[in-house]
Order: sequence, then C-alpha cells, then structure tokens
Amino acid sequence: MKIARDEVRHVATLARLQFSPEEEEILTGQLDKILQYMEKLNQLDTTNIEPLAHAVDVTNAFREDRVANQPSPDAMLANAPARERDFFKVPKIIE
Amino acid sequence: MSLHSLTLHELQGKLKKREISSVEVTESVFRRISATEDKLHSFITLCRDAALTEAKKADERLKQGGGFSPLLGIPIALKDIFLSRGILTTCASKILGNFVPPYDSTTVKKLRAAGAVTVGKTNMDEFAMGSSTENSAFTATRNPWKLDRVPGGSSGGSAAAVAADQCIAALGTDTGGSIRQPAACCGIVGLKPTYGRVSRYGIIAFASSLDQVGPMTKDVTDCALMLEAIAGYDPSDSTSVDLPVPAYAGFLNGDVKGLRVGIPKEYFIAGMQPEVEQAVKKNIRMLEKSGVKIEEISLPHAEYAVAVYYIIATAEASSNLARYDGMKYGYRAPAKDLTETYMKSREEGFGPEVKRRIMLGTYALSAGYYDAYYLKAQKVQTLIKKDFEEAFKKCDAIITPTAPTTAFKIGEKTQDPLQMYLSDIFTISVNLAGLPGLSLPCGFDSEGLPIGMQIIGKHFDEATILRIGFACEQATEWHKKKPQL
Repeated sequence: MKIARDEVRHVATLARLQFSPEEEEILTGQLDKILQYMEKLNQLDTTNIEPLAHAVDVTNAFREDRVANQPSPDAMLANAPARERDFFKVPKIIE
Repeated sequence: MSLHSLTLHELQGKLKKREISSVEVTESVFRRISATEDKLHSFITLCRDAALTEAKKADERLKQGGGFSPLLGIPIALKDIFLSRGILTTCASKILGNFVPPYDSTTVKKLRAAGAVTVGKTNMDEFAMGSSTENSAFTATRNPWKLDRVPGGSSGGSAAAVAADQCIAALGTDTGGSIRQPAACCGIVGLKPTYGRVSRYGIIAFASSLDQVGPMTKDVTDCALMLEAIAGYDPSDSTSVDLPVPAYAGFLNGDVKGLRVGIPKEYFIAGMQPEVEQAVKKNIRMLEKSGVKIEEISLPHAEYAVAVYYIIATAEASSNLARYDGMKYGYRAPAKDLTETYMKSREEGFGPEVKRRIMLGTYALSAGYYDAYYLKAQKVQTLIKKDFEEAFKKCDAIITPTAPTTAFKIGEKTQDPLQMYLSDIFTISVNLAGLPGLSLPCGFDSEGLPIGMQIIGKHFDEATILRIGFACEQATEWHKKKPQL
C-alpha cells in the first residue's frame, strides 16, 4: 500500500475537502493504484539532473506598479455569495 | 451546400465579396444547432440573441469595407473555460455554476475585436480535468460520428461542435492533450501552440506551467488563420513571449520537399489499436512520396510522461483550485463556521475527478512526500525535454498518433481513472516540453470513427507543423468527411 486511509483523511483536511466513509474507501484504492503507477519514476537515476520549472525559458516580467484597469465595485461584487455595501461578506474569522 | 458546413476561409471570401451576410451564416449555424444539439449536448450556454447582434455589427463593418479581418462575421464557439464578459462561465463545475465574469480573457477580447461572433460556451470536463467530457457537472457530450462514444476531452464540446457544423471554428485549451485528443476523436484539426505563444490571461487555471490556448477547426488553413488572430505577447500574462506573430497561412503552399520528419519508435506501442498505427504510417509514407525525409528517432523517456504529468499537473491544480473557497465568487454552502464553509462549499461544488486530482496534488506537495514525488517529477520532466532537444537535432518535426485508440464508449473508463489518464499517453510529453502539437484527421477505423495524427514542432515553430499538416490535407480527403446526424 502506498497510501492508507488515515493519510487520505489527513490530506483531505489539508485540501479542505471531506468525504463520506464509502467515498474515502474508494478514493484510497484509486489513489493507491495511481501512486503505484508513479513508482515507475524510481526506475530512473536523477541524481545530477536539475528540476524543470518551465519548459520555455521565461524571465521575470516586471512592470510599473500602476493601476491598469478599474472595474467598478459593483462589477467586482456581482458574483459575491454575500455582500454588504462595498464589501464581501464572509463568515466570522476571529472568535 | 448550407453555410454552416463551410470552413472559415471559404466563408471569409464570400463575406468579403458580400455574397452572403454574417447574419445569414449565424442563422444557419443556429438552425444546425437546433437540429442537432438534442443528440450532442456540445454546449453549456448558447448566446443566440447576442450572436445575432454581433453578426449585424459585423455586417456593418463588412459594408463599410474597413477593418477587415479573417474572423469578421464568423460564428465561433468558446470552451467554457474562457472568461467572457457578461456570459455565464462555469468551467463545467457546480462551484462556478452562476459565475458571470466581469472581463474577457485576452483571447476572447482579440476575437471580439476581430469581429468574430460568439455562438456559445462549450461543454468540457470540469476544470479541464479529463479525456472524455464525461466529467462535466452538467451533461455528457456525444461524439457526432457515433453517439455512444465520447468526443474526447477535455475540450470535447468544442470538438463536437466543430465536427457537427454547430459553429465554424472554436477555441479550446490543452494541458495534457485537451485540444488534440478530442480533435482526433471527432475528426477535426486542433493545435496546441508553444507554451507562451498565446496569452493565458482570463482562462480559468488548471496547471499554469502547462495550460495553453489553441484553435479547433475544420481544416489546417482555418487553424493557421485562428492562430494568427489569437497569438502574441500580452503584458497581462507574464509567461507569454514577445516574439513576432507570423502570417501562418502564408506557409501553407503544399511544398514540404527536403523537410525532415522524425518517427519515434516509442510511440508505436503494443496495445494500440492496429488501425490507428496503419493509418498514421500510411500518411507518413505519403509524405515521404512528397519529398519529406523520414528519420527514425528515439524519445527514451516517453513512457514516464504520464506519471510526471499526473504529479506536476495535480500539484499545480491543488494550488490553483485553493481559490474556490466560497468567499468572493462561486458557490458557498450554508455552514456553521468558516472552516465548515470551506469544507462544505468544496465538497458540494467540486466533482469526483476534480477532488481526486486535488487530493493527489496535495499529497505530492505535502511534507515528507515533496522530494519523492514533485521534485522527482520535475527532474524527469527535464529528461523528457532533453529527449526532444536531441531528436530535433535530426529532424524538423515529429509525427506520432494523437491517441492510442479511436473514441471509446461512454462510461467505458469512468470507473478506472488510471485507464482514462493513459488516453493522453501520446500528447502529454508535448506539454511537458512546452512544444507545439497539431492533430489532424488521417483516416477512419472499421467502425467509421476518425483517427488523428499528431505533428510536433520545435518551440515557436508552428509554421512548420502547419505546413506539413496542410500538405497531408492536400493529398487526402479526410477533413472533408462529415458525420451523418
């Protein structure tokens, strides 16, 4: 086994996801099978190989810190699940 | 012949001469949609009224004769991953079920400025995660060639819509094959450009180091015209590259004499459908007759691409999709406190494949596993990229099948995620190396399903692969075949 059920539960908490016990069992089996498949990467010796971050050479792109567009608060708040005046209304963060 | 069945370049000529109007073309496309959409389910959202308004504006521009562009007045479809101002954009997810973007993606902005008419937003696998379009939270799209088959994915709605003449051309996105594999399954042309060639600004992110926008069209000429319209540097996407955009259609002259094409032995594997192998090899022989030099090449790390991809892409996805927390936009579940709001919104908002990939990615990045999975995958990615660099010393382009089989049956692979992942075995390494890849139809199997051939090019050398693709197309009639619906 590459991954056990309690690990699946731990990773779910990290990812802010939750699963029913049945889903958890199916998922553990599926993830295990996928991780077993990924084992094949260990056939390769990568001791002196540099990791690749981007396939095409890109350098940092800098620009002036200037406001480029200014959509109205109404446009930006139009998709908000909850709104109060010009603010996003969210559940209480500090008890 | 009905207007909806014509190509972009055929319509362009007639529009310019004002033999036809954009309103007529757009109405023809919507008549076709009415007649076929019940069977296919290519679209999540249709924009009939807005499209007719845009078509009228295009006709005004055509009448004035100024500001002509190849896309002026052409009805196109957009995968539902492109932010489109004022038009519902769901990414085929419940979590974005009511999301109406306040701005356009750069590519949509360019298409609108060119005068293209937006027909609607096409179905896809949720957050572009899948190879069959069955992972849509709303509906499964059918393959126009055979309704019990998948259209491929994730850009399956765009592929089906183009194949069935429900639009003239479409845009898709491709992270591991999501333009090329559905193009192959539906018998159309699909191009994943070089990473950085087209702006990603305003496409909903899946795996940012691999995602790329590209055209899905009825033939190679249309593909070249669409690419020219959307390519180029964009200050809003720091990974877009500031190189001049060639007039790609100008390279399509049918002359491929002296070009060297590499055939990687690792891409003709046991277990692939024999008819796919035969069709691709037949097209290679045909190219040889037109003066192309065929070289056998080796991409020794090809077999590791799927494993690398499902670590890198899921790791990036787990991070990108952390933004769906129910706070500023998207679905928010009623809950008793903040943590429960996050948990329940994501539990109810995401589908099973998206959750599976977030889990895999979170695991691969978590303490104790980062080196074994993520870092290891990035190192093997270097080896895959080097394979291509070596190969391109011997050739100008590489030809492979696009997918190991033709379109599989709906439901065939939904219970086995790993089998589904392996449908992208021939396309994934191209994303990992950042290269451009073109899929075009090269035959049909005994069940009448289209077969796709992939042409891979050097970084920013879309011109050469389009040129080779055009030469293949000139010598065959595959792209002219239409599904009977």
